[in-house]
Amino acid sequence: MATETPPLRRTPLYERHVALGAKIVPFAGYEMPIQYEGIVAEHRAVRGSAGLFDLSHMGEFFFTGTGARGAVDRLVSSDVAGLARGQARYGLLCNERGTIVDDVIVYRTGEAEYMMVVNAANIAKDRAHLLHHLTDDVTFDDRSTGTALVAVQGPRAAGILATSTKDAVGSLPSFGVTPARVAGVKATVARTGYTGEDGFEVFVASADAQHVWDALLAAGRDAGIKPVGLGARDTLRLEARFSLYGNEIDETTDPIEAGLGWTCKLDKEFIGRDRIGAKKARGPTRKIAGLVVDEGVARHGHEVTSAGEVVGRVTSGTYGPTVDKNIALAYVPTALSKVGTALAVRIRGKDVPATVVKTPFYRRPE
Amino acid sequence: MSTVPDDLRYSKEHEWVRADGDVATIGITHFAQEQLGDVVFVELPEKGSTVRQFSSLGVVESVKAASDIYAPLSGEVIERNVKVIEKPELVNTEPYGNGWMIKVRLADKGELNQLLSPSDYRSHIGETAGAGGD
Repeated sequence: MATETPPLRRTPLYERHVALGAKIVPFAGYEMPIQYEGIVAEHRAVRGSAGLFDLSHMGEFFFTGTGARGAVDRLVSSDVAGLARGQARYGLLCNERGTIVDDVIVYRTGEAEYMMVVNAANIAKDRAHLLHHLTDDVTFDDRSTGTALVAVQGPRAAGILATSTKDAVGSLPSFGVTPARVAGVKATVARTGYTGEDGFEVFVASADAQHVWDALLAAGRDAGIKPVGLGARDTLRLEARFSLYGNEIDETTDPIEAGLGWTCKLDKEFIGRDRIGAKKARGPTRKIAGLVVDEGVARHGHEVTSAGEVVGRVTSGTYGPTVDKNIALAYVPTALSKVGTALAVRIRGKDVPATVVKTPFYRRPE
Repeated sequence: MSTVPDDLRYSKEHEWVRADGDVATIGITHFAQEQLGDVVFVELPEKGSTVRQFSSLGVVESVKAASDIYAPLSGEVIERNVKVIEKPELVNTEPYGNGWMIKVRLADKGELNQLLSPSDYRSHIGETAGAGGD
């Protein structure tokens, strides 16, 4: 019997990806580009110049009304109530058990308007979770389908974006957000990203996505901008030690063991706070550690061993093109998570030596 | 360079063989490296070990994934390419040249008949005959 799977969706930039020679794969219910020229070349473009990403599959939720500020603050682990207009913050949606429903960025886009960007794979789940907790003085609007998101990331991103807008996006601080016109169309521009580089995320109406994509590619041509697929997005975020939902974090993991305690403002009310606070006081029994693996690439699901005993599991692993090392994140017992600890990753039945290292694996030069 | 050189034999698993007397040089094809993407790690058998036709002889890892390399022929490994272990990207840049994997002393030259001709391999990967070169 064939199981019924919903048909894959396409972002408004699908034809652009095909025309640029992308390899297309299913991801979070969408047909998305995994690579164009190649993962390493795209990765290096972002570190050295700029890359352009289609992130239109991600979800955008809007909260408006007099109760919006308080409501979003109770739903998200970080200090959303403290956001001034034009500021954004990373945070977590947690459940009552204190485990992680999703990781999100909340943008205060108006006096009483907040935009929450969520992972594509979690849109339906998050919507149900949020609606369950919302009160009547908040209007919730899921604009995921009508909103496209194009990110330009890398040291040349600010210069490239500046040639496509009259608004002063270059003076936008990190995690700042502002309305702007980009390539002549109405946009929301934020200085946020998932690559470890400076960069911007440009939210536009789906109908304008192709126009903005083309304009930014053209504006970046001399700088060597490249379109970047999900493959390099993953190597870039892993070098920068950003968590990926479904790998490092999910509903079986809590923020403390995931190394995301810094996103939890424990002196305010939010869903899951009490359990997370107790976990912090007790101390986690396991933690995410950064590993450098001697030879061979550690992958999601590989076992981590110590003296031949299985002690943990790799959540993400790859070859990091900029650090030129095989890097991984793994849950290991707290006692084995200290920098310098010698462990091993079981790759194809062989225990390959690995060392716990400081993260992020890559930090951009000042 | 043709993507399927005419002087080689091929396996369905995308290895190539250059036979010279009772010695065969083995590598993976242009098509294989293109499917893998950027190769970052190659694991090869030790000199002196033996490989068996259509069994795994080693592994290539790209940024994306790990893939087995299958021995297109049986025999003793008389040399392994140290250069490709040190510089795995040679698999991408020169799959039929400096990106070779191992040299094997053939146990049974008859096994060569079980491999694909260039034209059969072209149809196997869906490339039209004679469409050479990039």
